[in-house]
Amino acid sequence: MGDILVITEHLKGEFQDITFEMVGRAKEMADSSGGQCVAVTFGSMNEKAGELGAADSVISVGGSDDFNPESYAAAVQSVVSAKSPSLVMVGSTSMGMDIANAVATVLDIPTISYCTDINTSSSGFSCTSSMYGGKMNAVTNVDGSAVTMILAGAFNADAGRISGSPTVEDFSADFGAGKIRFKQLIEPEAGDVDITQSEILVAVGRGIGSKDDIELAEELAEVLDADMACSRPLVDAGWMPRARQVGKSGMKVKPKVYIALGISGAPEHIEGMKSSSTIIAINSDKNAPIFDVAHYGMTEDLFDVVEELVEELE
Amino acid sequence: MKIAVLLKKVPDLVEDLEVDASGKELDTDDIKFKLNEYDDHALEEAILLKESGAVDEVVAMAVDGEDVDKMLFTAIAKGADKAVKLTDGNPADSHQLGKAFSNVLESANYDLVFTGVQSVDDRDGQLGPILASYLHVPCVSVVSGVALSGETAVVHKEYSGGMMAEFEVDLPAVLGIQAAKQAPRYAPVSKIRQVQEIAAIEEVSMGDLGSGAGSSVASMAPPEKGVGAKILDDVEALMDVLKDKGAL
Repeated sequence: MGDILVITEHLKGEFQDITFEMVGRAKEMADSSGGQCVAVTFGSMNEKAGELGAADSVISVGGSDDFNPESYAAAVQSVVSAKSPSLVMVGSTSMGMDIANAVATVLDIPTISYCTDINTSSSGFSCTSSMYGGKMNAVTNVDGSAVTMILAGAFNADAGRISGSPTVEDFSADFGAGKIRFKQLIEPEAGDVDITQSEILVAVGRGIGSKDDIELAEELAEVLDADMACSRPLVDAGWMPRARQVGKSGMKVKPKVYIALGISGAPEHIEGMKSSSTIIAINSDKNAPIFDVAHYGMTEDLFDVVEELVEELE
Repeated sequence: MKIAVLLKKVPDLVEDLEVDASGKELDTDDIKFKLNEYDDHALEEAILLKESGAVDEVVAMAVDGEDVDKMLFTAIAKGADKAVKLTDGNPADSHQLGKAFSNVLESANYDLVFTGVQSVDDRDGQLGPILASYLHVPCVSVVSGVALSGETAVVHKEYSGGMMAEFEVDLPAVLGIQAAKQAPRYAPVSKIRQVQEIAAIEEVSMGDLGSGAGSSVASMAPPEKGVGAKILDDVEALMDVLKDKGAL
């Protein structure tokens, strides 16, 4: 196997956790297969190459510090064309989605999404994709070059968070035709409560059924002195404010106790709450993936359980 | 200003999912399919833009299949102007789906193409950016807010932690929609029936689908159960846990 190219991700001058998760795994795979782990940085992030000590080397494409779907993808495409790596690792993230698919489609190599695991094999590598809301794992074996999109949290960031002094190569990249222009970053609207600081969270998901039924969960939150949180669909339905959303596009929370009511546990949600000290899931679907990450579970009807619990606590 | 919205059906995850006899694919015999929820948001955003006067025509498009007519009539009932069905083929993955839509869209004059940002079965990548690469037009994914001015769109792309970035995009362009400005509307059954009687679905041949994903699934299985959750039998046991963990 040849080299593994890791496309780093940064925001506001800091490498994101996904960067270290990918670099750590890429280095392990490169070491076992005889290739090199090469990290690609954008803008002025080459100045922080010392944080990428787990990588064997760094390619700095320069350009703007601000992510741009068109120019970042074009730059990665020119690096991949020039270096012909065996494997390209990109985050299964908002930024990664624009880069991975564009690069792979233009270069006519496969894209493999939602990877939770990736390993070298005799003929190349094999990767596991989490599909159908986390209810199925699909294994893809690849014997040529490919772009893989790595889910956040799939690998340990500590393995890649090693300082060092990898060699940095300045690469003169193409940045596309300028059809997309970055205008500004927009900070999240501050909510009334910062759920990243909450000790206890009562989180509701689609299983709650209707907007009116959220009231019951609110009663439970009140007796537990907990804050309310939710999964993405409830925000999109307009039932809960965005500041309460836990998950990939929402907040990363780690309360002492996280009570998940009617949350199935799609990978996007789990990414935001799996660091909670104790997770209690109540969901009538006994096959819901949330039970794999929860410490305690109940498969009874959530309304029956919550009603009885509130009564007992009052 | 004309928008095409691409709609796709996906397995309803409420169902018990099982792997078929090949061990590589979902057993789709007994499961229900529904409109990909992100496609529903894409449709809603397009209809909102039309209602605001920024867009003249919204065209809903889908690949032919079971219950697809009903899905397209529903789109018209919600506010789409026209429905187009792609026939003569059965795209197996996002790449072939991208080819089918690009064959139809490249000769048509669309200013914008909306897709749902992702779907639960797009192992080989997301339709929006794949299609945009085939069409050689710019693409932004994970969009939750589109405004139009002249020859450009101003879009909000979501990052993690509630952060967003604003981009200006030259048209024509493809946008992968994460969420519309408001929750997708419902179409009453009576209205869908009415549409079914008066509206027609245009049929277009989807053409050559190309070689596809370039990778295939070797095996599929439900995730291995780890230690998993300790299942509590009653509320009393739940209260003991809450006490033990300091929530009471």
